[in-house]
Amino acid sequence: MSQKYYLLRNREVADIDRMDVYLAHGGYQALKTALTDYKPEELVDLVKKSGLRGRGGAGFPTGMKWGFLPNDGRKRYLVVNSDEAEPGTYKDREIIEKNPHQLVEGIIISSYATKAREAYIYCRGEFLFGAEQLQRAVSEAYAEGFLGENILGSGFSVDLKVYRGAGAYICGEESALLESLEGRRGNPRLKPPFPAIAGLYGGPTVVNNVETITNVPAIVTYGAEWYTSMGTAKSPGVKIFSVSGRVSRPDNYEIPLATPLRSLIDDYAGGVLPGHKIKAVIPGGSSVPLLLPDKLDTPLDYESVLQAGSMLGSGGCIVLDDSVCMVGATARLVKFYREESCGKCTPCREGTYWMTDVLDRIERGQGTEEDLDTLMDIADNIGGKCFCPLGDASLGVLVSAMKFFRDEFEAHVREHACPMGAKLYDTVNH
Amino acid sequence: MKPEWNQWAREFKEQYPGANSALMPLLHRIQAEEGWLSDETIHDVATLFDLPESYVESVASFYSLFFRNQVGKKVVHVCVGLSCALAGSDRLMENLEHRLGIKEGQTTADGEYTLLEAECLAACNQAPVVQVNLRYFEGLDPERPDVLLESSKSPEEEVKP
Repeated sequence: MSQKYYLLRNREVADIDRMDVYLAHGGYQALKTALTDYKPEELVDLVKKSGLRGRGGAGFPTGMKWGFLPNDGRKRYLVVNSDEAEPGTYKDREIIEKNPHQLVEGIIISSYATKAREAYIYCRGEFLFGAEQLQRAVSEAYAEGFLGENILGSGFSVDLKVYRGAGAYICGEESALLESLEGRRGNPRLKPPFPAIAGLYGGPTVVNNVETITNVPAIVTYGAEWYTSMGTAKSPGVKIFSVSGRVSRPDNYEIPLATPLRSLIDDYAGGVLPGHKIKAVIPGGSSVPLLLPDKLDTPLDYESVLQAGSMLGSGGCIVLDDSVCMVGATARLVKFYREESCGKCTPCREGTYWMTDVLDRIERGQGTEEDLDTLMDIADNIGGKCFCPLGDASLGVLVSAMKFFRDEFEAHVREHACPMGAKLYDTVNH
Repeated sequence: MKPEWNQWAREFKEQYPGANSALMPLLHRIQAEEGWLSDETIHDVATLFDLPESYVESVASFYSLFFRNQVGKKVVHVCVGLSCALAGSDRLMENLEHRLGIKEGQTTADGEYTLLEAECLAACNQAPVVQVNLRYFEGLDPERPDVLLESSKSPEEEVKP
């Protein structure tokens, strides 16, 4: 189970966030290699060959995304999505707080590959320390000649700015992020056109997640074949999983894709808390359906998790055990989407409001049999009927919980109380 | 309007290809000084950007970290995400409410503390977590809310029990 870390490498090295320490540990060597040994197109090919897929949740092939940029002479932008806010996910925060230079190095290489002249890191508003760490790393990179004009004498120039969000989960959706970066409310845009054609300020734009970009220096250093030697043909490489909930050692674990879910929980995260049994697992952040214990042997790659009935998503793995009330847990997650709905689409704005209201009622023992049907009816009116994925995301856990744990919902109604004491749900309707 | 706001606006505008990209950085900068964004501030910022007040308000009101009401010197955000809830964040919130004598969403009479819920703060391995003025306090004991209030005098230091 011992695994060499590439994305989380040097996490144990003190002051790895400082330029001198990062350089002493081989930092910015990949940048030098990229600028010296590769043409931009060759780097795009390298990333295509590696099979790297977007780590923000959607899993879209990164090299293909880069390849969509039109060759029409317009100024190109690279935007790095550091708006990590999917409940259960905390991998990008570790990278930007503890090892920001690794991300900055990845951004410079990716800018060179995509011929972006200007790059932005959109940093979640709550990540004040993260934004400070990034800002310092960017300043150090300018001082070292890794950013700005004619980087390392290569003739390539790029500027990088850190932009702070101000508290809005929806800005993790790439078109809402671009709206926010342009100084507007974070309402998602209609697609197409996709950002590659008309993104930031209308220009050709690549939007990539922090973890995605953090893979790039390692792929340059070790090669595409190294990357495809891990995982599966369709889901190659390594991925960081953020494990939390009812386990002994909650933490970020970087593992090859296709590692079984059971191994992540037992071998890495120390297993479910002593004396308890796993009831269900949310494998990929709060937006994905539950997996039951009979799916614990599912390999953690995009295809296998989908086949098992859920999604790999962001890799935010929340473990729920027999002490957890599924109604309360579901209510808590649905409330998140109520808080974070941008309000643009009626099904999402109103639906998440009413689902939270009904779930609250059931959890407090005031629900009726009819409420259970109402919940599914509201869900049916949200699914596939919203402008962006947030509405659908609010249904992942709810619909699967109603399917797998309907008896628990019914028990709440029948007993006019939460059979587990409603411990989890006391502040929901503030 | 404070005299320096004009200069800040100019500096931020110079940094971005689109002038309105400077709006959020300026709102952050002003709020860092003033603590919140008053109606007057919204009016002044609209003037600086030659935008309708309604536009600035539409942006300021969209984002949860822009405060359109006066807040305490220390804004306490208790994460109520699922992983924190499983680790007792509701109990922690209750204890903080009791200790401060206010409910979630309120500010203490002396203007010291505002108590708010936060959605998942991306520190689930350290649940339950709280931010005081956006500085993390991790791995808290829900029964010991005082730790937060005492050490928030030096919010740079994270609590490691």
